[in-house]
Amino acid sequence: MMKRILTALAVSLAASATPVLAAEEFVPAVVFDQGGKFDKSFNEAAYNGAERFKKETGIAYRDFEVTNASQREQALRNMARRGATVITAVGFAQTAAVDKVSREFPNTKFCLIDDKLELPNVQSVTFKEHEGSFLVGMLAALASKTGKVGFVGGMDIPLIRNFLTGYEQGVKHVKADGEVFSNMTGTTPAAWNDPTRGAELAKSQFGRGADIVFAAAGATGLGVLQAAADAGKLGIGVDSNQNWIHPGKILTSMVKRVDVTVYDCFKTAKDGSWKAGHRLVGLKDDGVGYALDENNRKLITADMEKKVEEAKQQIIAGQLQVKAYQP
Amino acid sequence: MAQGMASKGFGMPGEVPGWVNYALLPLLNLLVALILSGLVILVIGENPVDVLSLMLVEAVGYPEAIGYTLYYATSYIFTGLAVAIAFHCGLFNIGGEGQAYLGGLGAGLVGLAMTGWPWPVVAVAAILVSALFGAAWAWIPGWLQAKRGSHIVITTIMFNFIAASIMTYLLVDVLIKPGQQSPETREFDPGTWLPSMERALGWVGVTIPASPLNLSFLWALACCALFQLFLWRTRWGYEIRTVGQNERAAVYAGISPSRNIILAMLISGALAGFVGVNEILGVQHRILLNFTGGVGFVGIAVALMGRNHPVGIILAALLFGMLAQGGGQVSFEYPNVNRELVMVIQGLVILFAGALENLFKPQVESLFRRRGSRGEGRS
Repeated sequence: MMKRILTALAVSLAASATPVLAAEEFVPAVVFDQGGKFDKSFNEAAYNGAERFKKETGIAYRDFEVTNASQREQALRNMARRGATVITAVGFAQTAAVDKVSREFPNTKFCLIDDKLELPNVQSVTFKEHEGSFLVGMLAALASKTGKVGFVGGMDIPLIRNFLTGYEQGVKHVKADGEVFSNMTGTTPAAWNDPTRGAELAKSQFGRGADIVFAAAGATGLGVLQAAADAGKLGIGVDSNQNWIHPGKILTSMVKRVDVTVYDCFKTAKDGSWKAGHRLVGLKDDGVGYALDENNRKLITADMEKKVEEAKQQIIAGQLQVKAYQP
Repeated sequence: MAQGMASKGFGMPGEVPGWVNYALLPLLNLLVALILSGLVILVIGENPVDVLSLMLVEAVGYPEAIGYTLYYATSYIFTGLAVAIAFHCGLFNIGGEGQAYLGGLGAGLVGLAMTGWPWPVVAVAAILVSALFGAAWAWIPGWLQAKRGSHIVITTIMFNFIAASIMTYLLVDVLIKPGQQSPETREFDPGTWLPSMERALGWVGVTIPASPLNLSFLWALACCALFQLFLWRTRWGYEIRTVGQNERAAVYAGISPSRNIILAMLISGALAGFVGVNEILGVQHRILLNFTGGVGFVGIAVALMGRNHPVGIILAALLFGMLAQGGGQVSFEYPNVNRELVMVIQGLVILFAGALENLFKPQVESLFRRRGSRGEGRS
């Protein structure tokens, strides 16, 4: 045992003394945030994008799941030092870390999701969640019989408020007197992973008369969707297309194409068309949208679809303004 | 320790040497935890010796890793001491997390407000204010326990959630730097940052690689010394220990339990608050959500394993620092060893070192007693 440790020690010392420079090798990497890569939602969408890239190109990627605040910087630096060509940082919480590490490694490409950062080797992408949420808000109002709909968020942070504000505007766009009940699950990161509490919040909203509930709460949302399915109400999924979880009982999902962003980031870095800079993607760029597939086809009538599509075109054309949440 | 004294009082045969309790038992527990972790690693199809030795290398194998390990240990020393001082008064403070969070708010407000001041002044101010904030947050549960009998375990854990709510509100609605998604304040002026160890050693010509390790590590060690002096060399420390050992005897001796409960909680909260100096002023240089990441709870395990003694706490904090740093790094090399598995390993160590600290105690102690009594018989 001791000998092995010493060997490992010697090897790692040698490795740290002479940084391994991968010769022209393409190594993509992803650093997930505290939700973890299997949160069935935001981080998992990024994971799916990376997996798609791996499947199509056969190039494996490195990944790391952050467990505390100071690991973000450490993880990014480790990836860069171990020869990663392009590193995707998932989540706004990594902004400060990307800012710092990208300056230390000017030859490494960084992609940051959900926050704006302008540096020569950083591509940052933010989404117009409010636009996608506006459309699912319209659908909720159109499908609701009571005129009351619910919203369950994860943590009360600007990003989630952006989902809520778009959703509210969408509901009011259809029914000016429509009511939106909103609850946030908690104030610690546990709020993203508390399906039981999510279900309770959904039930309390049903008790107040809501018959549709939109869950923007990571894995907590699974409890919300379950509660809706159990109570014979309708849920609305988020980030990934979650319609399949309870077919026929989920009205739609507000999809945020994090998977496409991650995939594009790797793909463009591979073929050399990668560009630094900030992109804000919305309905126009298919960055956000609502999901329509065989699982919810029967729930969305032709009339509903027509109205939503109209609104979508108006938003894209700029005739209909959806306000974003301003922190 | 209390049991050790009690056993002497009951006239058990033979003596148990002190090092059994302080060194042998913790090491035995650690060994069993590592063996069990090894089995878990084996089950998922990796070589346990390779994984555990890589963990060791990544924790102490090269200067940067040591920096990270000591940085983690710094926060664990603060929370370990915080839990320990409360233990000495017979209190179980599991609110270190919330007190550290609020301490970070205090340190951060100093960092935000004192732009332009030299860093030593800022550091002293941050130490005072973070102690004040942490102590204030611990004072309420302490007061409720002392004056109203509300159980400290319940109130302190509740206060963790209240602290999280306050911080979320402040960072999302009040302190956030306008125009950004992330609920964080602006970065402090670089002049106010607590120098990193790299910078500080640079002044005396020693070059070490960059790591989050900063001067608060020295303050943590100083706190250990002060802790020992206070607890064993002052009247206040004596009173706190008396209340912790036997509240009725303390009353009989004219010592006020309620006063000492509040005092112990104030000190406990202040010590936990220093985590904010390390994390906020030393590393992150901005106030952000959830920077504590469970240090308050690790502090409980550190205090238990360190037997509430500063030296033990330093050693236990180093161990948990190694687990945090080495464990995190292992997942880079072994994709199978994901963060959940690292948490299993850390959890096993906490389980054996903390919760099951007395697992082998009866057997080991009786072994030494038998040997001891035989020895006495011969002489």
